[in-house]
Amino acid sequence: MNDVILSRIAEALTWTGRYVERADTTGRILDAYLHRMLEDPWRDEDVACRSLYAILGVDAGGERVDMQQVLDQLAFDARSTCSIEGALGAARLNARSAREAVSSEMWECLNSTWHALADQRLAARRTGPYAYLELVRRRAALFFGLADSTMSRDDSWRFVVLGRSLERVDMTVRLLSVRVLDAAHAPDWTTLLSASGADEAYARVYGGFGDTPRVAEFLLLDRDFPRSALHALTTAEECLTALGRPRQDPARRPIGRLRTRLEYLDSHALEEQLPALLKDLQHACMDSAEAVAELFFPYQGPVEWAQEGA
Amino acid sequence: MADIFDAYALADAWDEMFVRPGEVRTAYEPVLAALQPIEPSELRFRADQMARAFTDRGVTYAFAGEERPWPLDLVPRIIDALEWDLIQRGVAQRVRALEAYLSDAYSHCRAFEDGVVPWRLLLNSAHFHRSAQGVEPPGGVRIHVAGIDLVRDEAGELRVLEDNVRVPSGVSYVIENRRAMTRIFPSLFAEQHVVPVDGYAGRLLAALRAAAPAGTQDPRVVVLTPGPGNAAYFEHALLARLMGVQLVVGHDLTCRNNRVWMRTTRGEVPVHVVYRRLDDDFLDPLHFRPDSVIGCPGIMNAAQAGNVTLANAVGNGIADDKLLYTYVPDLIRYYLSEEPILPNVESYRPDEPGQLEAVLDQIDQLVIKPVDGAGGQGIVIGPKADAKTLERTRKAVAADPRGWIAQRPVALSTSPTLAGERMAPRHIDLRPFAVNDGTDVWVLPGGLTRVALQEGNLIVNSSQGGGSKDTWVLAEGPTEQPATLTPDGELPEVAPRQLGPDGNPAVVQEGAQQQ
Repeated sequence: MNDVILSRIAEALTWTGRYVERADTTGRILDAYLHRMLEDPWRDEDVACRSLYAILGVDAGGERVDMQQVLDQLAFDARSTCSIEGALGAARLNARSAREAVSSEMWECLNSTWHALADQRLAARRTGPYAYLELVRRRAALFFGLADSTMSRDDSWRFVVLGRSLERVDMTVRLLSVRVLDAAHAPDWTTLLSASGADEAYARVYGGFGDTPRVAEFLLLDRDFPRSALHALTTAEECLTALGRPRQDPARRPIGRLRTRLEYLDSHALEEQLPALLKDLQHACMDSAEAVAELFFPYQGPVEWAQEGA
Repeated sequence: MADIFDAYALADAWDEMFVRPGEVRTAYEPVLAALQPIEPSELRFRADQMARAFTDRGVTYAFAGEERPWPLDLVPRIIDALEWDLIQRGVAQRVRALEAYLSDAYSHCRAFEDGVVPWRLLLNSAHFHRSAQGVEPPGGVRIHVAGIDLVRDEAGELRVLEDNVRVPSGVSYVIENRRAMTRIFPSLFAEQHVVPVDGYAGRLLAALRAAAPAGTQDPRVVVLTPGPGNAAYFEHALLARLMGVQLVVGHDLTCRNNRVWMRTTRGEVPVHVVYRRLDDDFLDPLHFRPDSVIGCPGIMNAAQAGNVTLANAVGNGIADDKLLYTYVPDLIRYYLSEEPILPNVESYRPDEPGQLEAVLDQIDQLVIKPVDGAGGQGIVIGPKADAKTLERTRKAVAADPRGWIAQRPVALSTSPTLAGERMAPRHIDLRPFAVNDGTDVWVLPGGLTRVALQEGNLIVNSSQGGGSKDTWVLAEGPTEQPATLTPDGELPEVAPRQLGPDGNPAVVQEGAQQQ
């Protein structure tokens, strides 16, 4: 009988979900940016690359940055979990440490992806990063598809989905922050949409085109699009409802508050509230993630013996 | 060092890339510099990658019963800002003149009364539809989308080869070509500033919405396709997807009380604008071919009643008839009081007294085209045809002079194209696409460049084994962004990433020995 789940496993599952989502979203963002930059007649590479760094929360340093450096640091750097390769590596090791809780197919998906990356990285040096980014997107989709079809809807599954949802909100908020807080350096709205994989869904809802602040409304408030902040928050909240305490849940509270706020937000007032709202969303995600850690995986460091009297 | 351009021998035509062997045109310098050091095997590799990407995305066409990836050559066709300005003005002018002609032909017929165009052109045209008479389209637009085929002659002058104002196709390939090129060959774009093409769907949707019947709040636009079996189905689906509108087939629509409705799971929903991608003849079995099963019975009545807008309008075929083509320069002068910006190819009209004999006499030196052929079908190129074909054509033209035109053969310009492991000159044309929203005729920067892949071949249609090239319009002027940014504006502070366990064991775990 396996009706309980180890804290350590729960933590590994949450972060597996988060890191795979991070790799996926980072890949989408890089793809949209690269495409835009090649086609933008008035591009300034340095400025565009800096806004990318800002989105992904990485320090760009004082020197001029170009696309190659962006790829080296944000895609190919295996040591940083802010890069695609680092995130996938961390997801793989987390899944390995929870090897008995994730299905074999999920583990193999991550493992084979990790091993396939090196070849694609070499090819990317020659022919550009498109195939690399595509591999990442496809495998992330495969991973979550396998989670969906091979895991029971038990707590293990909820932790994976919780991790993914929190990361989604975080990434969407990051994308929008750069646009809203500093429009001069930011990508256009259309690029934001394709970076969220939302261009076609948006066109269907608004029957129009992305160069309007309505994109912000869509990415935050749309009820049906799975990458919108509202949708991801709702999913996270559902997971926490099933996982946590029925009331006074410090992990669910920040999420639930923000979800309600988004749900009843007057969309006319969105534009002026946007900067504050984005900040609050970011904090809510962080607070919730910290509360989840405290609640479900109280940290136990590796045992160290101290010499008495030393 | 030997490179892929080494054996490049100019053909007997204007070459787009080289002035003479070894001397490259300015616009092509960066691309040539990027291509020259590449090994032939590397180019092949990319070409294969491209073909795979197109197959995966479903960008294919049927050739000899087989699904083939859309053929895109790796060398782009480049148009500088100055020349693009000319093309854009010339195409827009042409569309405005044809709009004026259509409006005239379906109402007052002034041009015929004034003797600019003979009456027989209108009355003998298979595309003249009485049902279009008196339908006044919203905004006066009948040509919402046009594709004007251009060629460059031996002297380097761009000329109009034909107009397409019924259901011009190919724009999806412009969009897909650019997408494929930026992904498979990003390094080519490094030194140049190419104007993007992804604004097309937005423009089209805006034009279609602007064409909605007067007084419609939030008009509903649909794309009407003959169905997945159609050769251009991919394009229909792409446009619907990019515009975010429904792609419908005939029996998704139903007409009642002269209105068009769409059958949905939430009941019938009114439709205001139909961007139809099927020919007039198939559109409405009540008005046109009664055996059409892909149309929508009653849609023409709804259009006549002004309750739905068909784009492009019914009856446009009278304006892209190849015989009318020979009158378009006169139409531009007559309606717009302007001189044509883009000239025609010199043509004969066999149905005029005296010209038939002239055509028959020198038939072996002319290109003979049926007036309502499409896709390059039925064209006879005199200098290349054998005696039997010429004799047959001579008889056909003599029997039906109204059915044919004759043109001076133009040696279309050539562009370096990957043939096997090296570059070889191949003939190309250009189809720019124009969208008319009633106030402005907008021309998509670039257009579809088609290539005749066989050496010496002059017919570029994909149904005849043609390929394509990504078409670049270079941005004008400085490379700096027009509005200067705050130079040392600080980037916003975005929160640092939360980090979890990265799975790397902090301590060496050697507690269990393998036995």
